[in-house]
Amino acid sequence: MSEPTHEVKLTVNGVPHSVSVPARRLLSDCLRHDVGLTGTHVGCEHGVCGACTVLLDGEPVRSCLLFAVTVDGQSVTTMEGCRSAEGGLGPVQRAFMECHGLQCGFCTPGFVTTITAFLRDNSDPTEEEAREAIGGNLCRCTGYQNIVASVLRAAEILREGAVE
Amino acid sequence: MKPPAFVYHRPGSVAEAVETLAELGADGKVLAGGQSLVPVLNMRLAAPAALVDINRLGAELAFVETTADRVRVGALARHAQTERDEAAFAALPLLRQATRHVAHQTIRNRGTTVGSIVHADPAAELPAVLMLCDGTMELASAGGTRSVLVADFFLGPLESSLSYGELALAATFSLPPPRTGSAWVEVSRRAGDYALCGLGLTVSLDEDGRISRARAAYISVGPTPVLVDLTDAVAGQAHDAADWSAAGALAAGKVDPDEDIHATADYRRHLVGVLTSRAGRAASAHAAKAADR
Amino acid sequence: MTIDAPVRPQAPPATPEAPATSGRPGPFGKAIPRREDLRLAAGDGRYLDDLGHEALAAAFLRSPHAHARIIDIDITDALGVDGLVAIYTYEDLDGRVAEPLPLLIPHPALHAPRTNYPLANGVVNHVGEAVAMVVATDRYIAEDAVERIRVQWEPLPAVVGLPAAFAAEHAVHPDVPDNVAAHMVQSVGEAHAAIDAAPYTMELALHVERSASMPLEGKGVYARWDADDRSLRMYSSTQTSTSVRFAIAAKLGIPVDRVEVVTPDVGGGFGVKIMHPWPEEVLVPWAAIRLGREVKWVEDRREHFISSAHERAQEHTVRVGFDADGRILGLDVRFLHDNGAYTPYGIIVPIISSTQLLGPYKLGSYRVEFHSLYTNTVLVTPYRGAGRAHGCFVMERVMDAIADHRGLDRAVVRERNMIQPDEMPYDQGLIFQDGRPLIYDTGDFPASLHKALALVDWSGFAAVRDAARAEGRSVGIGLATYVEGTGVGPYEGAHVRVETSGDVVVATGLTTQGQGHETVFAQIAAQELGVPIERVTVTTGDTRRFKYGVGTFASRSAVMSGNAVAAAARKVRAKALRLAAAALAADESELELADGEIVVRGFSSSDGLPGPRIALATVAVLANPLRYAFDEEAQRATQFSGQMGATPAGDGPPVAEGEEPGLEATGWYSPIRSTFANGVHACVVETDPETAEIKVLRYCVVHDCGTIINPMIVEGQVHGGVAQGVGGALYERIVYDESGQLVNASFMDFLMPYASEVPRVETDHLTSPSPLNPLGVKGVGEAGIIPGHAVIASAVEDAEGFRIDRMPISPSELWELRRRHAAGEVPSLRRASSLQPGSSLREEPA
Repeated sequence: MSEPTHEVKLTVNGVPHSVSVPARRLLSDCLRHDVGLTGTHVGCEHGVCGACTVLLDGEPVRSCLLFAVTVDGQSVTTMEGCRSAEGGLGPVQRAFMECHGLQCGFCTPGFVTTITAFLRDNSDPTEEEAREAIGGNLCRCTGYQNIVASVLRAAEILREGAVE
Repeated sequence: MKPPAFVYHRPGSVAEAVETLAELGADGKVLAGGQSLVPVLNMRLAAPAALVDINRLGAELAFVETTADRVRVGALARHAQTERDEAAFAALPLLRQATRHVAHQTIRNRGTTVGSIVHADPAAELPAVLMLCDGTMELASAGGTRSVLVADFFLGPLESSLSYGELALAATFSLPPPRTGSAWVEVSRRAGDYALCGLGLTVSLDEDGRISRARAAYISVGPTPVLVDLTDAVAGQAHDAADWSAAGALAAGKVDPDEDIHATADYRRHLVGVLTSRAGRAASAHAAKAADR
Repeated sequence: MTIDAPVRPQAPPATPEAPATSGRPGPFGKAIPRREDLRLAAGDGRYLDDLGHEALAAAFLRSPHAHARIIDIDITDALGVDGLVAIYTYEDLDGRVAEPLPLLIPHPALHAPRTNYPLANGVVNHVGEAVAMVVATDRYIAEDAVERIRVQWEPLPAVVGLPAAFAAEHAVHPDVPDNVAAHMVQSVGEAHAAIDAAPYTMELALHVERSASMPLEGKGVYARWDADDRSLRMYSSTQTSTSVRFAIAAKLGIPVDRVEVVTPDVGGGFGVKIMHPWPEEVLVPWAAIRLGREVKWVEDRREHFISSAHERAQEHTVRVGFDADGRILGLDVRFLHDNGAYTPYGIIVPIISSTQLLGPYKLGSYRVEFHSLYTNTVLVTPYRGAGRAHGCFVMERVMDAIADHRGLDRAVVRERNMIQPDEMPYDQGLIFQDGRPLIYDTGDFPASLHKALALVDWSGFAAVRDAARAEGRSVGIGLATYVEGTGVGPYEGAHVRVETSGDVVVATGLTTQGQGHETVFAQIAAQELGVPIERVTVTTGDTRRFKYGVGTFASRSAVMSGNAVAAAARKVRAKALRLAAAALAADESELELADGEIVVRGFSSSDGLPGPRIALATVAVLANPLRYAFDEEAQRATQFSGQMGATPAGDGPPVAEGEEPGLEATGWYSPIRSTFANGVHACVVETDPETAEIKVLRYCVVHDCGTIINPMIVEGQVHGGVAQGVGGALYERIVYDESGQLVNASFMDFLMPYASEVPRVETDHLTSPSPLNPLGVKGVGEAGIIPGHAVIASAVEDAEGFRIDRMPISPSELWELRRRHAAGEVPSLRRASSLQPGSSLREEPA
């Protein structure tokens, strides 16, 4: 017997999508394989590593711990949604490049989404606050030092942008 | 690590939810924040036939209500909502003090206060807070709503008195008497991990600034949170000069920790003593500040 | 076996070329932002699971038992799963796929090698071993089918842990009753006699527990079979696409030219992905061919824990003889190495341990003997550091113990035992992991040490300690040195081509897992060719672009492919100058290549006129004499253009003797032996007097990796290595219970550090170029991790006043040690027992 599917409407990075998925379809898989946005990465599927973090109505959540059907009708921002309006590197992404905040890049999407939400609420963090803000995401490559620097640099870029 | 198939229900009201749960009986499982449930499903350690998703019941259940004698947290209040609620913090600082230790912010954005209590993990913070606050659980079923005192709620690791067909609607935390301070202290391997040992502790002072009452609830050192009345060990001592070592020893004698790969039982018992003193001092200082206000 | 007084090839004289890269302006040596970040930081990378959305999904039934016979496999229930495409068990395998997987690195000392079958053949030897493969329309359904396969097992006694393996009451493999896969001895001088004759001797037991690479992206394989073309395209998240290609072609019986292996973006490797071919790398393409459909397998986290390789578990017994000044006269190390259930990667890890243990020291004599033992656990292959972390732990624990014994400063004892710069190159008299002699090429070890002491303020620490004590706090300082053999052979190659647009395309065989190769190799090519780096693109790990190569491991990429890229680029440069000389009617020696142009040197432009010049793009056009112009630019190279070929029209053939068409070349680099980087780590820890929590307050690194191509990337490698070192010392361990169940197979319980656990790293460096390669570079990939165990043990021991002899260490374990110390079961350090509270150490820091 074929598994029943559900119609799910999501606004992803401002674009409406409608997908038909089984109830058990994880939001992470839905975004990656049904919506086709592979910028969201899957590292553990038990909610610890944070690579799959997306913004749900603006707040960071683990997309591997959500069923797509549960968030029917809600807005999701992914790594792709953190790009600049022109499609290039967004402010947080640019900071990661400038500060060498990524190596293999697999964990980066979860950091970028988390930091994007953090800087929205705290535009001028201290180094300690920056470190705490990324405390729920695992990175196996960088030792975090340059990610902390990326948070501070992104804040700077965003503040400069706000002044312009 | 993909979850097994289940039948999905998304009730639009509490009434519909309890009706659905009644029909499903043992086959039904409530999905709220899912931060404990979904990992278990992804690992296929559980395979409920049906999930009843209560995430659309925000209008009825996403509340943190503070009144003169209690804080009442609805089943769909996320940890983040509970943590940020200023009225609840003013009335019951312990709630924020403890919630800040629940995993990381991203998990708290989705996980719920009530869900954490219902999950009944002996390493979780909120069950201990409920105990320390002489709380009650409101459980709804097709037959009506019942209140269960916290003392009767936790039965064992991951086991509560919530029955099949029941939906936990809210948790109610009683407010402490005036001149009461609190602290949450824990030791975990990494920041955000489940505690190797942790406790919430409340201290009430008399009008002379002497300790009149002290209680603590411990996590990760028994099958359920362990509530210990420490009053006898510290009563009458000045808040800023109390010797908490006897209280620590008293508590260490009441816990029954297990050994696992992260810590020995003796170490956890040792932490009970050490952390009782730390929490006692912090809660006393907090109480003194409360008394000043 | 025993290798005494090894006979070895004569080393050729070192022929250091001044790096052609030096002196000229250009990107080499600069902290250039990474070019791959334009893609990766935008979320536009393509990792394995980002490919093949329409492919069928594979999942595996894996053994729940550590050791068991398979009595029966019943798939009846699974057949009812809607969306199921195929189920395979061992019985279905055919040809060479049904044979055991290859023994990748045979060694004479590995007398009882055993490798697994792609799917278990009647018996399983560890939890997680693949038993059946399911292919279905998606992974959810594939897992549904896996759950419904019923296996009847006959459990066998499990061998878990080194003591049980060595005792050999039970055997992992019935035909290896003593569980010994390999036994090896190397020695220099007469260590036993030297120790017996030494004024002082000491014995130590030093253990390191099992851990794992744990990249955030697991392994993955995606295969497409083109039945019409009879060719296979396979994508694998691997550290070696070139070798996977040969292995798969051989296994599947397909001509190598019909197999393409592409490594997409890879989410970290750290060693585990150098092992190959994994069962899945054989089975996924095999199934794709059988089914005529695309098949993909993406390893999930639980699979990674229980079926991808681990490392680190070794138990060492050490005897050392030394003199009153702390100089080592003889060192005898015997150790047991846990190689897990199979040995496809040979005994590389214990060989590295036994040789790299020596670090920057010259010992009077040395004997090392190891047994590599089978256990019913996941197999063991290199994890970043690969045997060095354990070796360093042993050597540095010995140094600290000698210092304590003699009441000497730990830094002084180290310095007294160090090889001096004027003794370089220094022959340690052993055979290294590449089968070549262990000869250190360059390095100034005492200078590294002194830089580290300065960085951490070693001599000022007594005051720090006293100040902390006055506040009731307990702090300690630690020190550890290492030497790392990097850039092992046999070779790598690279191809460099100048497009007719002037863009430069570089390809090399080895793969990338985050090291920034697209940037550093571009820096090298841009420097050699005098073009802006923006014009250079680099492809790694794609056998369509470059067929030959070895892989990315052992801190070898910059050394191996870096020099190969330089060699290829220099050939291209020489060819460009030849062609340009002809076109400009100038002598080659007058020409200069810069900013994408070749100009006649010294041509005065004071009159404002441009000198004779030709764009590299134009040279690329001229390099390929054409009959047919495909665009306007190409018309310049056609037969009536008057510019065809390297010589003016009419003189000689269009493609001159000895030349090839196209402005491109292939270069190779094959070193005589490894080049040796070195460094010193120092750290300060605080241990909570009550909870025994351990916090790293400061972490200082001084490293010497020769000439640096991109300092930003070098620093990043060091930071990341340190994080893994701290993780290995204080948090991470793989724990099996007695029955062989891996009890912490999740990120909840395998404690990789978050940002909250990793200290800020302070760095300084020295530059001792390697004379063994033209660029003078040495590897840096593992520099950060190697001394992690050693330096933190040194600091914790210093804070606590009793010896730390096993890693990792948790607060609970430290607290238990304190209890035993208080009960007199763990002796105090001599320096600690001579202390009065509040006073500084007797003789240390000096």
